[in-house]
Amino acid sequence: MAEARLTEAELRDRLDYLLSPVLSARRTAAPLAQLLAPLTREQQHFVLHWIEVINRSNYEMGYQFAAAAPAALVRLDAAAIETWIIEAMDTYDREGLHRGSEVFRQIGTWTAVAAGAETATFDEYAHVLELFVCGLAGRPLNLDTAAEPWTDTETLYLPPRIATLPTKAGNFSIYKILATLLWAQGRFGTFHADLKSACAGFADPARAAALLSHLESVRLEARIGRALPGIARDLVRLRGGEIDARCAALTAADATVGDSITLLHRLYDVLDAPRYAWTTKLRPTAQKMRDARIKREQGELARALAELAQENDPGTAPGAATLERFQIDAASAAADGSIDFELQFDGAPLAPPDHVRQLIDSVLQDLGDIPDDYLQAAGSAAYDAGAQVNTEEDESADAWHSLQHEAGAHFYNEWDHKRRHYRKNWCVLREIDVKPASSDFVADTLNKYRSQIVQLRRSFELLRGEDKMLKRQAAGDDIDFDALVSAYTELKSGHELPDRLFTRRHKNERDLAVLFMVDMSGSTKGWINDAERESLVMLCEALEVLGDRYAIYGFSGLTRKRCEIYRIKRFDEPYDDAVRQRIAGITPQDYTRMGVAIRHLTRLLNEIEARTKLLITLSDGKPDDYSDNYRGEYGIEDTRQALIEAHRAGVKPFCITIDSEARDYLPHLYGPVNWTLVDDVKRLPLKVADIYRRLTA
Amino acid sequence: MAGKISPLPAKALATEARVIDTEPYYEPCGNEVALFEAAYASQLPVLLKGPTGCGKTRFIEHMAWKLKRPLVTVSCHDDLTAADLVGRYLITSNETVWVDGPLAHAVRAGAICYLDEVVEARRDTTVVIHPLADDRRVLPMEKHGELLQAPPEFLLAMSYNPGYQSVLKELKQSTRQRFVAIDFAYPDAALEEKIIATESGTKAATASALVRLAHMTRNLKGNGLDEGASTRLLVHAAKLIARGIPATTACHSAIAEALSDDPEMLRAIDEFVSSVF
Repeated sequence: MAEARLTEAELRDRLDYLLSPVLSARRTAAPLAQLLAPLTREQQHFVLHWIEVINRSNYEMGYQFAAAAPAALVRLDAAAIETWIIEAMDTYDREGLHRGSEVFRQIGTWTAVAAGAETATFDEYAHVLELFVCGLAGRPLNLDTAAEPWTDTETLYLPPRIATLPTKAGNFSIYKILATLLWAQGRFGTFHADLKSACAGFADPARAAALLSHLESVRLEARIGRALPGIARDLVRLRGGEIDARCAALTAADATVGDSITLLHRLYDVLDAPRYAWTTKLRPTAQKMRDARIKREQGELARALAELAQENDPGTAPGAATLERFQIDAASAAADGSIDFELQFDGAPLAPPDHVRQLIDSVLQDLGDIPDDYLQAAGSAAYDAGAQVNTEEDESADAWHSLQHEAGAHFYNEWDHKRRHYRKNWCVLREIDVKPASSDFVADTLNKYRSQIVQLRRSFELLRGEDKMLKRQAAGDDIDFDALVSAYTELKSGHELPDRLFTRRHKNERDLAVLFMVDMSGSTKGWINDAERESLVMLCEALEVLGDRYAIYGFSGLTRKRCEIYRIKRFDEPYDDAVRQRIAGITPQDYTRMGVAIRHLTRLLNEIEARTKLLITLSDGKPDDYSDNYRGEYGIEDTRQALIEAHRAGVKPFCITIDSEARDYLPHLYGPVNWTLVDDVKRLPLKVADIYRRLTA
Repeated sequence: MAGKISPLPAKALATEARVIDTEPYYEPCGNEVALFEAAYASQLPVLLKGPTGCGKTRFIEHMAWKLKRPLVTVSCHDDLTAADLVGRYLITSNETVWVDGPLAHAVRAGAICYLDEVVEARRDTTVVIHPLADDRRVLPMEKHGELLQAPPEFLLAMSYNPGYQSVLKELKQSTRQRFVAIDFAYPDAALEEKIIATESGTKAATASALVRLAHMTRNLKGNGLDEGASTRLLVHAAKLIARGIPATTACHSAIAEALSDDPEMLRAIDEFVSSVF
């Protein structure tokens, strides 16, 4: 049934129509049509279809694709081609037309993929690399992708994919080297010099920049090698030889970026920068970022030290000049780039809190020392810091305005994983009572599960720990005189003395508070909602037997300004008709913005005094919200951060889900064991109480 | 089949007061030795604060040796009651006998009593700790009807790890404000290298690589790890390396797996290892 392939003329017409905005008298569709003509009908359709899709973003990209596609079809299979297109479009979105069309033109790297090289992708190693550079730098650095690796000293840009070496491990080691080199650029002063003007004087500044990048790489590799010999070994192996003898001066322990620039002048005419898999690009943006950070951190440090002074000497008047009372002695940098320092206040050593330590460390990394004016009340710096804080709070300004007058609104921070810090007061949350429903739902449920409830109650009774005196114990606080008397008679009549002669007080250690967080998003509509409500009825029945303190809250919301927590049962409320009616009244609402709900409920749990605090989530899917990008990675990372906060606050989170895809994201959120999947919704009511029993036994 | 198992000559240690006659290896990081001696001379109880594995227990052993006092160590756990510390009646063939608990024993012997990880113990233990830890210096032994006055040689010491961010594991103000607190941090790089080399007999280069590794993991505290690698873990790894285990294997088992279960975190730590060695 194969249709005939399109002829060259037909193709030309189609291409003329599709690509007309980027065609001209000199650039016609004819050569493209000629290339596409020998392809099969399916391949032709594939290409035309994608040209149409790509055109929606940019016609020039469509043209570049059309030009590169025939060659790609020979070398790649359909799946690989689609990855190739997506990556080109991603690059276009992020870095513009020039870079995007470059991906289409450089099909060479993709043929390596097709030839069976095991590609290492940024996505699969991003987290490991993030941890790795955080360990190196002592402060979290962002990672992102770019066609050419470079850094602005706050974000390390790495290629989306490396397929230079035949093995995955080898390609990963290139990622590692790149990340280390980019970190080292910031750490070992590459941006202390004005790189742009250093290259500007040359006939070909681009060539000069590439050579300077190479020279800096030589210098930094030597620096890295002293602290991280493992990476140095990898570099030697990859380079396959010694470095050029003319660059040897840069391997000295005290070589600086200045030496690299000096050498650049000497070697500009005689040395070509070799191109390695780990060649990076130096961009002037880094200097701007660094300058901005230095300025910001000077202000932040001044503010943090002022706070510290207040804490250590409560007599200090607010706003009084305290900076001069501090002294920071930095020791010279160790081989691995870490710098030890001692903070003194009024001449006495003071252990700085973590955030102050990080700030000082960051300043030392940028400047190598704490400049004198940092510890002088210049004023301006501190005001800058104030300005910085205000801009952060501005984010929430609109949220404030719209809800300022509404009582009972809570404000919560939200974690932005891309920026690696919190958006201040980003979410507005209100507690609302569930509207009670006067239906027979609870009675029906009790009826439906009558026999199971009896069983459930029995199994929970077994868990119930009571405060009682245990008799005839082998060891204990006091003597059991009944046992002693009978033992004594046994002893007198020639038997052995029994050893169980003590009493021991067994305290009820079920000091437990549990909060159930129920997903009330729109997706629970229908039988999921029924199952949730039935589960809650069963749970309440069981928990009443057990005597654990428990509360039930629902959550939903629509955008960050309308996050809602629905009260179903508070901790101090008995399980009465009002609660039953509220359970019956649970109805699906909007979306699942989970982070803010977890933060609020953690706060509620923390007001309760209990040895163990549990936050159990009943959920049907991933965190999600309407608009503002909560869906996907952002929402998952925010939720994860909220759970980490809960953990730190002493709350143990657990998740019961019915989402069959939960395996893909729940281990990342809750850890490998703190969640469970109930794949059959109908069994949820029976399962939930059982899971709770196992969890707390 | 079954071969005869000959009993090994295990060294019997006194369960209660241990007299330390050989000097336990300890490198002072600051003025903690002088501080401890001054507190001891002034009959003030001591609280040792610091992360796990930074040398608190070793320090107390060293001080017991230095001050020539027996040492009674009690590892606190969540079932440890006041009676476990003070003592109780036991029954022999035809009478009840009072048996001192470790704390009472230490008071009588004028020993140093070290309550390790005191926040783990039950709340009721504070009843016996408080009167001992202020200027009364008495141990009430309710069941025995005795009030034990501590001799000047007796010292109460406790350890506490403020790194646990759990509200349940916080030391009450009424308890902590009775103690002279000595803060322990990880030693600085040069000192830590020396400690590792001395404890394990490994080469200086290995010790220095291990310290660099430790600093990287400590950088991750709060970014995926609850706690960085302690000096103790480094010593463990160094000992394995000294016995011929390759550094990557030794560090993976002694450090990475001890710090985390998260596969990506393990991978990141392994990458640290392959970078520093």
